[in-house]
Amino acid sequence: MARRVTKGRKIVTTVLAWFVGLVIFFPILWTFLTSFKTELQAISIPPVFVAFDWTLENYRTIQSQSNYLHFMLNSVYLSLGSTALGLIFAIPAAWAMAFSPTKRTKDVLLWMLSTKMLPAVGVLIPIYLLFVRFGLLDSRLGLIVVLFLINLPIIVWMLYTYFKEIPGEILEAARMDGAGLAKEITQVLAPMAVPGIASTILLNVILSWNEAFWTLNLTTSNAAPLTAFIASFSSPQGNFYAKLSAASMLAIAPILIVGWFSQKQLVRGLTFGAVK
Amino acid sequence: MRFSMMTVSAAALLAVATTAASAQTTLTIGTVNNSDMIRMQGLTPEFEKAHPDIKVNWVTLEENILRQRVTTDIATGGGQFDIMTIGTYEVPIWAKQEWLKPLDGLSDDYDVDDLIPAIRSALSNDDKLYAAPFYAESVLTLYRKDLFEKAGLEMPEKPTWDFIAEAAEKITDKDAGVYGICLRGKPGWGENMAFLGNMAREFGANYFDADWKPQFESDGWKKAVSLYVDLMTKYGPPGAASNGFNENLSLFGQGKCGMWMDASVAASFVTDPKQSQVPDQVGFAAAPCGTDNCPNDGFNWLWAWSLAIPNSSKNAEAAQTFISWATSKEYLDLVAEKEGWANVPPGTRTSLYENSKYTEAAPFAEATLNAIKHADPSPTDDKPYYGLQFAAIPEFQGLGTAVGQQMAAALSGSATVDQALKQSQAIATREMTRGGYIK
Repeated sequence: MARRVTKGRKIVTTVLAWFVGLVIFFPILWTFLTSFKTELQAISIPPVFVAFDWTLENYRTIQSQSNYLHFMLNSVYLSLGSTALGLIFAIPAAWAMAFSPTKRTKDVLLWMLSTKMLPAVGVLIPIYLLFVRFGLLDSRLGLIVVLFLINLPIIVWMLYTYFKEIPGEILEAARMDGAGLAKEITQVLAPMAVPGIASTILLNVILSWNEAFWTLNLTTSNAAPLTAFIASFSSPQGNFYAKLSAASMLAIAPILIVGWFSQKQLVRGLTFGAVK
Repeated sequence: MRFSMMTVSAAALLAVATTAASAQTTLTIGTVNNSDMIRMQGLTPEFEKAHPDIKVNWVTLEENILRQRVTTDIATGGGQFDIMTIGTYEVPIWAKQEWLKPLDGLSDDYDVDDLIPAIRSALSNDDKLYAAPFYAESVLTLYRKDLFEKAGLEMPEKPTWDFIAEAAEKITDKDAGVYGICLRGKPGWGENMAFLGNMAREFGANYFDADWKPQFESDGWKKAVSLYVDLMTKYGPPGAASNGFNENLSLFGQGKCGMWMDASVAASFVTDPKQSQVPDQVGFAAAPCGTDNCPNDGFNWLWAWSLAIPNSSKNAEAAQTFISWATSKEYLDLVAEKEGWANVPPGTRTSLYENSKYTEAAPFAEATLNAIKHADPSPTDDKPYYGLQFAAIPEFQGLGTAVGQQMAAALSGSATVDQALKQSQAIATREMTRGGYIK
């Protein structure tokens, strides 16, 4: 009896999981399908699912209209650059708060997070003016700094929670064995926190990759990443869904592939500490 | 030693690169992804060939992002753009703010007098031209000739709204998926309000009276919006409150609409066999009137995508050279030669409409010219602002969109027409008081 209940539950949860997975995946699937349709098929009602004349026309048009590689490389630079910069600042910060907490540590963490609650558009003009003054408009460096700053609270928070899971005694033992501060962080703490750091990196890369407010507002062409590439295919007058879908597929392809290969680390990192 | 060698060669390389770059001016042009603009991008190498010292760098963005982007840049003097693609809404406001350079260095054979007067006036301030029109549009009634014939109707040259209502009823065949009339419903100052502002004027009403008092509770607005909601509820497609230009374009292109009043540029899309299933069945008529002597003969819509130079541009001279080329008669000839006359950007030059090759290739040419000629956006005694389907004041974007949401609510049935108009009047009064127009 007990076994049958378990089996029944298994079927139910499997079906449910597949269903939820499909619902979440559907927009990507639909974008994928639409990218191979003609503009007329893309908007036809009732919609066609797979029975249409698959065409590569949209991808060809996109290739001829803009330089995908330029945008893609910018996205890579920006997301990797801001993530690397973020780690340099966030690892020491999270280490300090996790292993030498003070009375105010929680407040500091909350204060950091509170900076995320300000609507970005509220500081657009001040930041834009700063960028004009420093000549940073349309530069990768400027954007890396901005992306680093907006994601820093999240990196610190994530790393803090992972570090908290590591018993302080291990670090103490390392110190007893004569490890200095640098050794303690690089040789003891870091290896133990690898899953946590890996998933922080991945999440931060994804966040920077998808960031569309600052990347659109602070760039024109030199530093413009894939968000600008996508935005250039939406048209106020004329049908554009098929071309836009093709552009979106090209834009998410790299992150989709990276995510696919690193999903094990991602899941492990995200559930790290959840099961004790 | 090795290090210093590398430094020296790197410095030398850098020096070479800088000299090469400084010999050439790079123009950054912000634009939208409309087919005419894309065509211009494709033809840019021709310009670069003729002007080897100028290189053109295109930045294409979605319309709203572009507007936000260029507004930020121009207001802060960021200098990121040498040429911006803006419309008849921005030009009068920005020219007054001295954000734009007057176009006084256009090439000698540019022939400013050839620009259609209504467009030229919309892009000028104090008789100085601040933007050069790339393509322009007014409003037309598009209808299906086959459906009209089937219903035994004949579209008059100048229809009235009474006739439109009657025709919509006769054509509608919901079982066959044919709706008598399709109109914009998606909220936004440039979406449903463009149509409704135009329709209200067809009933003799403006956004504001001579003293800047909002007019949403006037007779004209009441009649226009009541008829709009009534027609769309009875004979319009389902979910019309989320339909904008593109959605209606696809509905009409799939043969689901009997009539559609919208931007005249729609005519070139629905007659193109690549984008429409009914290319040969489309007829063009004038915009309908709701009253006798309706203002501008019913054509109360004028928009021109135009090229302008922000004051912050450091390459203004090269920018004027590009604008001269892109909005010239020669450019029209170039497009015709490469892509055919039907693809020439419409609505800006009188000479284009005197060219029989164009009028033969574009069945909508005459109707478009007639519409644009009538659409005079200048202020009048009872209308203190520039613009027809919009009011060219900075407050209009926010106000128009808020009112547009009320109209969409009326259309979807979540508010009555009277409630929506009352609410609109309250919103507009508040904004105009805040803006210091009224006390």
